[in-house]
Amino acid sequence: MMPAINPTFGATMNPAITMSADKLKKHRRRKVVNVVALTLSLSAMAFGLFWLAWILFETIRLGVSGLALTVFTQMTPPPLSEGGLLNAIIGSFMMVSLATLLGTPIGIMAGIYLAEYGRNHWLGSAVRFINDILLSAPSIVIGLFIYAVVVAPMRSFSGLAGVLALALIVIPVVIRTTENMLSLIPNALREAAYALGTPKWRVILRITLNAARAGVVTGVLLAVARIAGETAPLLFTALSNQFWTSNLGEPMASLPVTIFKFAMSPYENWQQLAWAGVFLITLGVLALNILARVLFRHKN
Amino acid sequence: MVKGRWQPSFIGDNVVATLPGLAFDRNEMERTARSNLPSLARHPSPWPDRVFAFCAHAAAWLTLALLVAIIGSLVVGAWPAIKEYGLSFLWRSQWDPVQDRYGGLVMIYGTLMTSFIALLIAVPVSFGIALFLTEMAPGWLRRPLGVAIELLAAVPSIVYGMWGLLVFAPVLSKYIQAPMQSLLGDVPVLKELVAGAPVGIGVLSAGIILAIMIIPFIASVMRDVFEVTPSMLKESAYALGSTTWEVVYKVVLPYTKTGVIGGIMLGLGRAIGETMAVTFVIGNFNQLDTLSLFAAANSITSALANEFAEANPGLHQASLIYLGLVLFFITFVVLALSKLLLSQLKKNEGARS
Repeated sequence: MMPAINPTFGATMNPAITMSADKLKKHRRRKVVNVVALTLSLSAMAFGLFWLAWILFETIRLGVSGLALTVFTQMTPPPLSEGGLLNAIIGSFMMVSLATLLGTPIGIMAGIYLAEYGRNHWLGSAVRFINDILLSAPSIVIGLFIYAVVVAPMRSFSGLAGVLALALIVIPVVIRTTENMLSLIPNALREAAYALGTPKWRVILRITLNAARAGVVTGVLLAVARIAGETAPLLFTALSNQFWTSNLGEPMASLPVTIFKFAMSPYENWQQLAWAGVFLITLGVLALNILARVLFRHKN
Repeated sequence: MVKGRWQPSFIGDNVVATLPGLAFDRNEMERTARSNLPSLARHPSPWPDRVFAFCAHAAAWLTLALLVAIIGSLVVGAWPAIKEYGLSFLWRSQWDPVQDRYGGLVMIYGTLMTSFIALLIAVPVSFGIALFLTEMAPGWLRRPLGVAIELLAAVPSIVYGMWGLLVFAPVLSKYIQAPMQSLLGDVPVLKELVAGAPVGIGVLSAGIILAIMIIPFIASVMRDVFEVTPSMLKESAYALGSTTWEVVYKVVLPYTKTGVIGGIMLGLGRAIGETMAVTFVIGNFNQLDTLSLFAAANSITSALANEFAEANPGLHQASLIYLGLVLFFITFVVLALSKLLLSQLKKNEGARS
């Protein structure tokens, strides 16, 4: 086709003609490769969503059928008799809220250190590095640690040990988000406050931390969502308890550990309660996650 | 007149004069200014500042101390086993609480094998998801789809475990394992991999469930690093006639290589340390007499979860803590590597822009 357009250059165009056929083939192949790759990418996305949908569907289907009013009003039963999850729900609630109360201030203070004091200090980089590792460290190792320093000396599994183990998981999450959020606050705000003679602690508390409030709250909510579903660090710290207790010195039931125990059992009624528990825990954790995201986006 | 809302009208030079409410509100402004700002005393007490700085420093040191304490307590707890076996613990395969003899090979193999299967599945899928989210999805779909994938990471691992055992395992055994066995049952080497009863519990199902759990971590790191690729580079490649795939494969991927590997390492660290989901589906079998993917096995985390609370103090407990120490060491190395690679990308990014 090309020589027809410009016959005077026919001689010099000849190699180009053969190449253009080659190129056309190559072009077609590139296009095919592109379509194949993008189709695979689309199916990878569908693959990911498929698991989420399947897990949520089964959780709702099996969870709702196990749900009854007695789940919220009765204690965990012995095998093959009626009961609920009341003590496990209350135990989880107690341990999660105490761990959050304990871990949040420490996490926020360390986050403040990283963002406001140690930005260019070796301790700052060291803590940031260590914290990122603790953030993803296996939670069962935290359980081992608390077993060694709390349970073994006290010679008893206890709710207190469970609270401490969960608090150690809260801290890195809160440190990370607090530091990130404080780093986003423009320096001009700090400088303006310093110029008015404000002492550093008031600058941090009243200006920077206040401005980063939404982000910090998001971090705490995410931390709560994370520990609400944690099982591994409670297995040999709080253990479990078939009965109601509000004594932190005794073994304490929690929803995840109870689910673990019930799901592995061959008893029909235990498994049904476990599904109800899985439904409650999934609902709670996903709601917290979505709430944290909405809150964060709303404030920004 | 609306207090505090300035409405400058740019008539002439005198902007300030047209601000409404300025003269009327001066007293009020001074009052609010006084109540919001610290008192302007000449010498504010230095103590609150010192106490606050001390608290911040203490919290930071606490984090460091935590790591040291974790390693210290694990070493102390594992000491009887370390003294008894030394490093040979790592390649002894006998785990026998009755005769009080322990070796960690079976669990270490289980942990590494399941994590390897998980990476094999999760890496390509996460790459596809990141590609889709950064290059293909229309703008309004990016956020909800990204959040949906991230929610996969928010589902508690106990939920994965129970779902895996009671819902997924039967499906896997019926629709994947049985066909795989009839397909590969006669092929010389591969038949070893599919030997055993296809019950849906074992190394393969643990690997698949781990893959689902780490996809969101790898995918979101990949998406984030893909997004830092300067659009100048991508647009140049598009302008030269590259297809989307070529831009991603030949421009974005080389540019973000270290970050992508960092993300994969992060996922690996997660997979190695995951406890509950694996404990449900791996089968908890302490012997290694087949390399079959369908065989029940054990991982470090599931051995700890199942045996630790009932282990008798002494060598059994010490050996379990030794396993915990090995686990912590592996994840520490993997995560430190991941962090290093990801920070490398950040440094390069600063140098090139």
